[in-house]
Amino acid sequence: MSQNPRTSPSASNAESSPNSPAASVHVKLVLLGEAAVGKSSLVLRIVNDEFEENKQPTIGAAFMKRKINVDNVCVKFDIWDTAGQERFHSLAPMYYRNAQAAMVVYDVTRQSSLEKAKAWVKELQRQANPNIVISLVGNKLDLLEESTDAPEEQSGSAEAATSNAEGEDQKMDGEDGEQEESSSKPQDTDSKTQKEKPVSREEAEAYAKEAGLLFGQTSAKTNIGVLEIFNELAKALPLQQMISERQASRNSQLNRGGVDVNSMIRPSELNRQGQDPDARNVDNCAC
Amino acid sequence: MDEKYDAIVLGTGLTECVLSGLLSVEGKKVLHMDRKDYYGGECASLNLTQLLQKFNKTLPKDIGRGRDFNIDLIPKFMMANEELVKVLVYTDVTRYLEFKQISCSMVYREGRLYKVPATEFEAIKTPLAGIFEKRRLKNFLEFIQSWRDDDPKTHQGIDLDKDTMATLYAKYNLSGGVQEYIGHAMCLYLDDSYKNKPIRESYNRILLYVSSLGKYGKSPYIYPLYGLGELPQGFARLSAIYGGTYMLDVPVDGIELNEDGKFKGVRSGDNVVEADIVIGDPSYFQERTEVVAKVVRAFCLLKHPIDGLEGESGQIIIPQQQVGREHDIYITCLSFEHNVVAKGTYLASVSTIVETSTPELEIHPALNLLGDIVEKFVTISDISVPKEDGTSDNVFVSKSYDATSHFVSVFDDIKDIYKRVTGNELVVKQRANQDQQE
Repeated sequence: MSQNPRTSPSASNAESSPNSPAASVHVKLVLLGEAAVGKSSLVLRIVNDEFEENKQPTIGAAFMKRKINVDNVCVKFDIWDTAGQERFHSLAPMYYRNAQAAMVVYDVTRQSSLEKAKAWVKELQRQANPNIVISLVGNKLDLLEESTDAPEEQSGSAEAATSNAEGEDQKMDGEDGEQEESSSKPQDTDSKTQKEKPVSREEAEAYAKEAGLLFGQTSAKTNIGVLEIFNELAKALPLQQMISERQASRNSQLNRGGVDVNSMIRPSELNRQGQDPDARNVDNCAC
Repeated sequence: MDEKYDAIVLGTGLTECVLSGLLSVEGKKVLHMDRKDYYGGECASLNLTQLLQKFNKTLPKDIGRGRDFNIDLIPKFMMANEELVKVLVYTDVTRYLEFKQISCSMVYREGRLYKVPATEFEAIKTPLAGIFEKRRLKNFLEFIQSWRDDDPKTHQGIDLDKDTMATLYAKYNLSGGVQEYIGHAMCLYLDDSYKNKPIRESYNRILLYVSSLGKYGKSPYIYPLYGLGELPQGFARLSAIYGGTYMLDVPVDGIELNEDGKFKGVRSGDNVVEADIVIGDPSYFQERTEVVAKVVRAFCLLKHPIDGLEGESGQIIIPQQQVGREHDIYITCLSFEHNVVAKGTYLASVSTIVETSTPELEIHPALNLLGDIVEKFVTISDISVPKEDGTSDNVFVSKSYDATSHFVSVFDDIKDIYKRVTGNELVVKQRANQDQQE
């Protein structure tokens, strides 16, 4: 995949920011949903600010990282993609383990994908941490817009206008030019050949409300609503509690013989493991 | 599923998952299937519900939430410096895992538990060697550590590949007790047949033990939180990330061969999925394997830590001669600190090679060390090995997991199968630019 030079973190920028976060938390976020609803595209959008037409199933990504700055806390998302293991119902318990947030994705043009999403929500409630924060996400909004020309999706998320105040704006605004290019490309023909009933926003939102989920509609392709989903997830997490728990577990790990296998096998890379100086993340905070 | 694969892997045990991961990373198109609806095959870690189902038992009282349990069906620890750990690190599978060190390694002698010395200082103080023997043991260990293949001055007239351990023990005038300590607590041999074999393997085992000990101290072992079943899951994810297709809970009804007798495909219900080769565990190829031994394993749930153990986890070795057997008995002790049992519960898993027609009686000396046992699950499993090496028909069958306490023999099998499948030696090294591929 091509790398967008403008997504490289700008350390000086972040350090000079007046509201550098006081604390940071690591959050494991898992993606779920039927194959081909755009899970990987959503990650690619939020992490690299890219979109690939006819994207092949993800190859080679352990997990991707994205930091979001909210309420003076730097939320570091480790985003786990299913790696195709959802297709034949073969996701391992490891996938759900210790996940604090989940995005259950469906395709707004296909009613059946919402039904699958509901099944995934059930699976999460059965397998995952009971306090997990789940967001139901209707993706491929651009396809719906094109056929119905309905503009309502933006009005629903009041966050959209304000969330950039959390310290994301320079970055994301700066990249707008990049997206024009991909959004002007012809529509994905695969999805359009499926003459399935689209999902109404009202129906999905009502279900989300009933099941106690966050809700949003997105287009990974035209970059609508993606950042908002992550911001809302970050805000819905019990951040202060997580910070104190992390402190406690860090102390107990040291006392109880937790070991960093990586640093013992390749000590030269201790920095890599400890600091995550991954130049490909969109880093918006100085933590 | 209609397409043709480079390899089909049957069973999601550790051996199969590591091979699947390695092949996928190399760009091979892999289909990985399992009859069961969970990962891990014979070496899965089961939650309490799965465990009770397997053993047809009802829930014991006051034992905690079923989902907090991850009981290893093959109890083992990882040596901190063994090759499997290196593969975990170099493939970045460690990103999915958290490890803890095991607090101690104990050895049973004349009714008591002794700590296996973890440092030179402890070695000098250990009651396992008599006062005059400590110097001889020290000389022996110095000889091992200073050995260089290309420097005859370090050989002292010994040939590692020709002389036997018995010869070396005689040269250093080491008593039976110290021999037991070296052979069973350090080399982790299950029986005494090593004494009449060339020194080389014992030499390698001592070096592995010492270097593993040097990593974190206390004991040479580490353990992944949530159980060993995390290992196959981690490698399965690696394989999936590199394009491997995973199907659990699918029928596997046998394999089909071409007219030339080579592997053609796997029958699953009405379908035959084709591939160049197949790799699978013995449970998928009973007609192609033979049983060479049986292992008895007892998983014991306790409400108290084991008496005499230093720390909340450890290994206890009961050397064969101490209890009049041919094979050692091992106990692996874990607790809720490893996320394998619910809070307040402890797990002791006993295993040994079956020698009589009453295997449950054979493990009594171990059970006697445990105190009150809340619930006990006993398995007796075959150790099967393939009859053929697979190179003539492209059907590669792995070995069952043995009774050893670490993964050295598992990894030997992985390396061996890898070589037979690809024609190349498995080189354990860091892959370049892993982060760039993320």
